[in-house]
Amino acid sequence: MFSEQIELRGHIIDSLILPKVLDEILTNGGSFSIREINIGKQRHDASYACIDVFGPSPEIVDALVRRLRQHGAEVVEQKDVTLVPAPADGVFPTDFYVTTNQQTFVHLRGKWIEALPATMDCAIAVDVEKQTAWTVKFSQVRTGTLMAVGHHGIRVVPVQRSTDRKSVFEFMASNVSSEKPKSAVIREIAEEMRMARKKGGKILVVAGPAVVHTGAGEHFEKMIEWGYVNLLFAGNALAAHDIEQALYGTSLGVYLEKGALADEGHENHMRAINAIRAAGGIAQAVAKGVLRHGIMHCCVQHKIEFVLAGSIRDDGPLPEVIIDTLAAQRAMRTKIEGVTIALMMGTMLHSIAVGNLLPAHVKTICVDINPSVVTKLTDRGTFQAIGLVTDIEPFLRELTEFLAKKEAGSVAVSA
Amino acid sequence: MRRLLLCPPDYYGIEYEINPWMDRAHNAVPEMARAQWTRLRETLQSLGCQIELISPQPNLPDMVFTANAGLVSGKKFVSSKFRFPQRQGEEAYFEKWFLEHGYQAVRTSDDLYFEGEGDALFCGEVLFCGYRFRSDIRSHQKIGDALKCLAISVELVQDRFYHLDTCFCPLSAESAIWYPAAFDEYGQRAIRHHVRDLIEVSPEEAAHFACNAVVLGKDIVMSENSPKLGAALQRRGFRTHELAMTEFIKAGGACKCLTLFI
Repeated sequence: MFSEQIELRGHIIDSLILPKVLDEILTNGGSFSIREINIGKQRHDASYACIDVFGPSPEIVDALVRRLRQHGAEVVEQKDVTLVPAPADGVFPTDFYVTTNQQTFVHLRGKWIEALPATMDCAIAVDVEKQTAWTVKFSQVRTGTLMAVGHHGIRVVPVQRSTDRKSVFEFMASNVSSEKPKSAVIREIAEEMRMARKKGGKILVVAGPAVVHTGAGEHFEKMIEWGYVNLLFAGNALAAHDIEQALYGTSLGVYLEKGALADEGHENHMRAINAIRAAGGIAQAVAKGVLRHGIMHCCVQHKIEFVLAGSIRDDGPLPEVIIDTLAAQRAMRTKIEGVTIALMMGTMLHSIAVGNLLPAHVKTICVDINPSVVTKLTDRGTFQAIGLVTDIEPFLRELTEFLAKKEAGSVAVSA
Repeated sequence: MRRLLLCPPDYYGIEYEINPWMDRAHNAVPEMARAQWTRLRETLQSLGCQIELISPQPNLPDMVFTANAGLVSGKKFVSSKFRFPQRQGEEAYFEKWFLEHGYQAVRTSDDLYFEGEGDALFCGEVLFCGYRFRSDIRSHQKIGDALKCLAISVELVQDRFYHLDTCFCPLSAESAIWYPAAFDEYGQRAIRHHVRDLIEVSPEEAAHFACNAVVLGKDIVMSENSPKLGAALQRRGFRTHELAMTEFIKAGGACKCLTLFI
């Protein structure tokens, strides 16, 4: 995304020049954000508007601005971003710019440079010679790294609503509470996932152990088998209880089939963790035939990348679990590139952590039985998030049923 | 009494082509042009106008179109900055004339084109301003500021109607003659919003410069061959004075282009 800032002055409201300019931007493949607008108070007072014009290429933006100049638009000379070296390792300079999850550019030597990846609650580091900018967490900054400060020469591109298909993320005005019907929304989510898969977008699933506890593991495995999961982020618990279920048929000591407590069932997850530790890890356990079922088995079999991030309450943990939280965060950041849909189920901890890493354009679906968790996760200043208050199992059952119809449809077509 | 500035057509002719009407192979006939101009002058005088004349200059054939010299409001003269170099030589002569006649000259900006009453017409207290072919829209804001008036900018989209006065003619604070197809959709909406009674001119009559009329109260001095507009005006109580303008239409102008209210 490339951009230019323009100004309009005069009787731009009475003359309909402002709406005309905005319409021209949209109809010529651009988008805009009104930075400032002052409407004249008296009839003869001039009005003023300052508008950021965005386009997919520098050529489109140039052509757009040329057109807009005919209507009186003047290009604003941009100042370069102010850069200050970081005073110490892990410390940002005072007045550092705090990023949002939206696409952000810094103006450097007359050009707009995108700060990658779009991640909220970061600062922006800049390499003047290489003309690059990137978002950094505290842990990534070193003494002397040049950092963006203040707000001059920094531009944020808001996520534009798509003009083509009306997606579920746009028509949803609020989260789906436990009292509302969910089928239509789940069907739309299935359609979004199918579209993402077709277009090569990555689907990320962030899952808590409730997926296993509620007996939804088999649905999840189907999604993996059908190619609707490209990346899994979870904690120790999901993997531990999934493996417990695979090895002993219980989750937290409860038989999933019968719903009854197993004798000495509380030991099962500890024994499961030990079995995997003994094998050297999940992948090794699969290779050795120790682990033959379940979500983690399915991930290994289908070569689905996963990141298991540890927490202070973990038992074990399993060997794959990254116990250094900063290392876990880095591992997640390196893998989220290309993600277009994030499905977050039954985990507040991991969902918030991942939500903080995702750019605003990623469509996010939050499913939790606790309404406050859903609200917390979807209320992220982007319309690209929907939330459903429901148990995980009925949600995933219905989702996989819709996906199964799609699968059947595509088989029929290919046959 | 209305005062108008005219320029005798001594050096008038089609010597270059800066609009789609002009064709050097199809030049104006000097005697006919002189006769048509004289008839216009006499008509305006007969309607009680005081006519001022500026001396024509050789090699400035379009100086006859005094409407493009600038815009007068009270004793302020907003001088034009012509887009085409062929006409830029006129600027100094007009500016000199106005200074000598006690006007205060206002210049929009040296790098903003503005072609006077050709592209700026008061309809009541609202100044309608045309842009794209000749005037730069940014000049409108400067004029609005200088004259402390609401300046409505409208985009002209047909090159045969390159000046606002070829497609729009205010009759009173609330009424005007216009040829809507000469404006883009936004300009049409802006005009409709501000002018209650609009008399639409047909494409044929617009091509006969029906909109390029001089309005003197209830008297309208306009080019001939616009019977529908004439009838519409008469129904509204106007008296029309239709004149042959063939030799000036060859250069893309008619009655209004040949006069400037001062």
